[in-house]
Amino acid sequence: MSLQQAACNRQQAVSGRAASIVLVLLLLASACGGSASANQVLVSAASSLTNAFADIEQAFEEKHPGIDILLNVAGSSLLREQILGGAPVDVFASANPAVMQMVMDAGLADEPAIFAGNRLQIGVPHGNPAGVVGIEDFADETLLIGLCAEAVPCGVLARDILTDAGIEPAIDTSEPDVRSLLTKLEVGELDAGIVYLTDVLASDKVIGIEIPDALDPVTDYLIAVVADAPNLSGAQDFVAFVLSAEGQQILTAHGFTTP
Amino acid sequence: MTRRRRNPLGVVILAAIGLAFFALPLVGLLTRAPWTDLPHLLTSEVVLDALRLSLISSLIATSLSALLGVPLALMLARAEFPGRSLVRGLVLLPLVLPPVVAGTALLFTLGRRGVIGQPLNEATGLVLPFSIWGVVIAATLVAMPFLVITVESAVRNLDPKFERAATTLGAGRWEVLRRVTLPMIGPSLAAGLLLAWARAFGEFGATITFAGNLQGRTQTLPLAVFVALEQDRDTAVAISLVMVAISLGVLVLLRDRWWRAR
Repeated sequence: MSLQQAACNRQQAVSGRAASIVLVLLLLASACGGSASANQVLVSAASSLTNAFADIEQAFEEKHPGIDILLNVAGSSLLREQILGGAPVDVFASANPAVMQMVMDAGLADEPAIFAGNRLQIGVPHGNPAGVVGIEDFADETLLIGLCAEAVPCGVLARDILTDAGIEPAIDTSEPDVRSLLTKLEVGELDAGIVYLTDVLASDKVIGIEIPDALDPVTDYLIAVVADAPNLSGAQDFVAFVLSAEGQQILTAHGFTTP
Repeated sequence: MTRRRRNPLGVVILAAIGLAFFALPLVGLLTRAPWTDLPHLLTSEVVLDALRLSLISSLIATSLSALLGVPLALMLARAEFPGRSLVRGLVLLPLVLPPVVAGTALLFTLGRRGVIGQPLNEATGLVLPFSIWGVVIAATLVAMPFLVITVESAVRNLDPKFERAATTLGAGRWEVLRRVTLPMIGPSLAAGLLLAWARAFGEFGATITFAGNLQGRTQTLPLAVFVALEQDRDTAVAISLVMVAISLGVLVLLRDRWWRAR
């Protein structure tokens, strides 16, 4: 009897402790939930904007100390899927007009503005060990060639360029976004890839080879406030800042052209 | 038959919530499934290529895990050597590391410019990244720890008297291992193989980082899902269903068979 009672008491103590742990977790969760929505702006930006938007974030937060920018960087098409799937995104910055168009068609973005332009280049590892000369080398089976995947803007643009040049590329990998393609060029695992001029400028391990203007290697970047942005005023402030002289100057410093 | 013990109500409720946590995402997937287009989607070249590659690479990775992982587990369980906990930590590291990091580490080691990869490439002309061997290596790295922990704990819990008896009866070390130890840990070995296969079959991060992504060469089912998600959601859901069906089938059928033998 006494043994049973002791066991019972112990059980009560344990369940009491478990209950208090659950309570603490709930309190923590509610506290976190409360502060999360305060004044944060979630910005989904194409991965080619990684460095430029990090600088823009810093400059913006200096100007608006109350607002915290959260950068969500990935391939434009993945960001689009997140937004279409209902992610609580405030601002969307896309690396090509077609991706933005799909978000607009779903009624999830209004009046996007062109805020920057970029150019594609052939990226090769430092020292160009494979001796790549131009776009013709992409048909060489013996080289390790990478492109962005067909779904991301840099992949679409690269394939358009190759098609226009009449080249059937001997691709060895289709990378999910331009940053992972750049990484594989930087470590020398790929001999050549088609990346943005801004990526080449941002990396000291990759050098760029021009693609002729005739192949139209340029693209526009669009930015828009997402239709049901949780933080509408913060989102509008951020977009205005990107389009302001200061924001445009940061983009230019990273090698983007500005409209 | 022994009397069944009842669980407290609290346990039953929490278990039900736990189950819902696993079951609901599957329900979500099923509600989005393009049932009428399914046969057409699943027989596309992309899906068949990825399925073939996934099956082949995960089976090779499981075999490699068994070949190297069982000896490793035996050493960890039985041999006394300095730094054993460090060795165990190293073996279990891939369970903790983000697979993308594991893939990058592989690139630095076995890539064309890697510490080992470069001499290997110069001597033999072999390039591991962007090949099926890259896929297999990435999958083996993340899958083998599951086999090692399962087998190690089985060997530890083994009653040594049977092995001792075999030795007394004149069996050599290999014979004891082959005819006593391995059969006795059979169910755990099977469980470890199954876990390792499941992990290899679903591997994504290390593969795309180390082996890249090319249809027919390195694009496994998980990579095909990832690429399709951004292009054609119906195909992505269809491939996911194939993965769920194969994995669930293997895990349920084989698990029942092997565990009942215990």
